[in-house]
Amino acid sequence: MKYASEFRDPLAAKVLLAEIARVADAIGATKAKPVHIMEICGGHTHAIFRYGLDKLVHEGVEFIHGPGCPVCVLPMSRVDECVQLAELPGVIFTTFGDAMRVPGRRKSLLQAKAAGCDIRMVYSPLDALELARRNPGREVVFFGLGFETTTPSTALSIQQAAREGLANFSVFCNHITVPEPIRALLGDPDMLLDGFIGPGHVSMVIGTHPYDFIAQEFGKPIVVAGFEPLDLLQSVLMVLRQIAEGRAEVENQYARVVPEHGNPVSLAAIADVYERRPSFEWRGLGEIDASGLKIRAKYAAWDAEEKFAIGYGAGPRVVDEPEGCACGAVMTGRIKPTACPQFGKGCTPEMPLGALMVSSEGACAAYWQYGGARAAAE
Amino acid sequence: MCLGIPGQIVAITDEGRLMALAEVSGVRREVNVACIADGPLAGLIGEWALIHVGFAMSRIDALEAEKTLEALRDLGEAQEALAAMAEGQRALEGRG
Ligand code: SF4
Repeated sequence: MKYASEFRDPLAAKVLLAEIARVADAIGATKAKPVHIMEICGGHTHAIFRYGLDKLVHEGVEFIHGPGCPVCVLPMSRVDECVQLAELPGVIFTTFGDAMRVPGRRKSLLQAKAAGCDIRMVYSPLDALELARRNPGREVVFFGLGFETTTPSTALSIQQAAREGLANFSVFCNHITVPEPIRALLGDPDMLLDGFIGPGHVSMVIGTHPYDFIAQEFGKPIVVAGFEPLDLLQSVLMVLRQIAEGRAEVENQYARVVPEHGNPVSLAAIADVYERRPSFEWRGLGEIDASGLKIRAKYAAWDAEEKFAIGYGAGPRVVDEPEGCACGAVMTGRIKPTACPQFGKGCTPEMPLGALMVSSEGACAAYWQYGGARAAAE
Repeated sequence: MCLGIPGQIVAITDEGRLMALAEVSGVRREVNVACIADGPLAGLIGEWALIHVGFAMSRIDALEAEKTLEALRDLGEAQEALAAMAEGQRALEGRG
């Protein structure tokens, strides 16, 4: 229990861990035959490793790290297109810092910046809007990246640009959605999942109903969770209790932040600005139906895809990944990061080969940061 | 980028554009409050919200704000968010 001292409320953690152990025993979960619980959100993956929750819980509970880190599922071709945009004369390319080090086929955005492209790391699409106002002679492109948590901010920024008639601002929209890849994973016969920990901040925007299919169609429990350690333990317990009682429901452990029906203003902005693409490419997972968002035709003037004929705007692309990279198998929970031949050799956080090593929310980076020594000893 | 950071609304800066000044861990920056505005904006002053990439996304109470900030500091995410805000400021000044 070496990490337990880090809990702010060690007693509460102890009580939860004991109850998790009791229920896990009751359903017959063992190290050899564990219950597989996928935490969808990369923030949860990070917290699980930070607090060593995977080692603290009963050995019959195994965490599978889901696809919920937007940087990690960014395909190489997407990075290449960003670099291509940044190389256009007169363009100021703006992005969240998280995307800077993701490897592309030619170079990362960081390397493109070093080579002289005007690439700026922004905290918010609002910063990109302001850059466009201050630089009327330049084209400011914002790299719209992320799940439903960041999707509304890009939508609201596009609406604002439209209201102002800001013609030199556009968005390279690569926003993706959480429920569709979960559906794809559940449809995979190799996938052994018994339940889910649902993302807290995504659900704050979309509410809990988009997960109904997980319980109703696939008969699996899902508990939307906060990301404090006690939230996560409580949610694991709620999933186990559902399994023990033969229930499959959508439960909300994070009701203090997540309203059942989501945030109406965000949802209205999303509906106004985007439509679903027929399919979208995910690193390691391939093309997934209806999992990506495109800017609607009425906002085409602010759509970088249309403006510069790039990305899906230029037609279908090839799906490929770097040699020897096992990102896909890790992302679907088929293997642990340490089983990738590149882990710690050709691929480290300093020199990432795959995207799972880039962000602190990626499973490989989390293993490396918190579990490297631990994993080596296993 | 995915986890929000708690901030307290301290002033309204642009009623029309729904912009306010929020204080996040002692750092002030302008945020959009469209998602939490449900009446006169002045009513937001003093309120806490989870702020995601410059947008106040959800109101929270002061205790939740404090607990969330602690958890974010543990994860290194609070530091990352503040560094990103500073980076955004530099980008505007052309030094990014
Ligand atoms: S170690 Fe690197 S290459 Fe291997 S799965 Fe992880 S991110 Fe991909």
